[in-house]
Amino acid sequence: MTVGLQHYLVLSAVLFSIGFYGAISKRNAVVILMSLEIMLNAVNITLVALSRYVTPVAMTGQVFAIFVMTVAAAEAALGLAIIIAIYRSRETVDVEKIDLMKW
Amino acid sequence: MPADIDGLSLSFWILAVVTVGAAVAVVATRNIFRAAIYLVLSFVTIAALYLTLSAEFLAAVQILIYAGAIAVLLIFGIMLTREQRAGSPSGRLSFPALGVAGLVAFALTFVILGSRWNVSQAPLPADNTVAIADALFNQFVLPFELASVLLLAAIIGAIVLVRGSKE
Repeated sequence: MTVGLQHYLVLSAVLFSIGFYGAISKRNAVVILMSLEIMLNAVNITLVALSRYVTPVAMTGQVFAIFVMTVAAAEAALGLAIIIAIYRSRETVDVEKIDLMKW
Repeated sequence: MPADIDGLSLSFWILAVVTVGAAVAVVATRNIFRAAIYLVLSFVTIAALYLTLSAEFLAAVQILIYAGAIAVLLIFGIMLTREQRAGSPSGRLSFPALGVAGLVAFALTFVILGSRWNVSQAPLPADNTVAIADALFNQFVLPFELASVLLLAAIIGAIVLVRGSKE
């Protein structure tokens, strides 16, 4: 059985779930950012696989993947800036202790 | 293993196993530095997966942006927040999250395998980079310019956030 579209999509679904688990369960904010990057990468694999197998002539999926990467870079930079700002004021990056706005 | 397996399938299976293993290691290990290194490994194997999808330009961009820039940024973040001793423990939501993540994976796989996909047999463009440039600078030129504005806003925002208090 040769590898086709569905192999890539299932791989991407598995990666997305792993990233989802990390983003929900981890307490260190930096590790949560890493899990978010895994999720975005999974979405990129989906976009590129669909671009390769469903619309090979139009490059729409790959262009979208480039935009996702742009947003991911901006998100990583801003997320880390926020985490460092929180660390300066509260001396922790444990999201269960960052509860100032928790009702 | 079947005898008629070709090189592309073989490389896909190897890369898929390494990618999933590295991603599991990122969320499973308690050492944050090791998690970052495993994350770089998964970024590199995903770049190789783009190569098997004949997306050479994206593979190069993946290496440059993810394995280069974002990985360095994350390692800087780990070092600046000096919580290596605490590691990366799981929170109270660990077991519900495992259940929900398993459910999401199951549902997505069910839908993917159950759908009929319109796989096109059209030939690929001869030059991947030329085709992407053509789409990016003709069809998507406005989002492209907006992306540069977004990056500028992110740079300024990050500088303002970490500048600290006056003097």
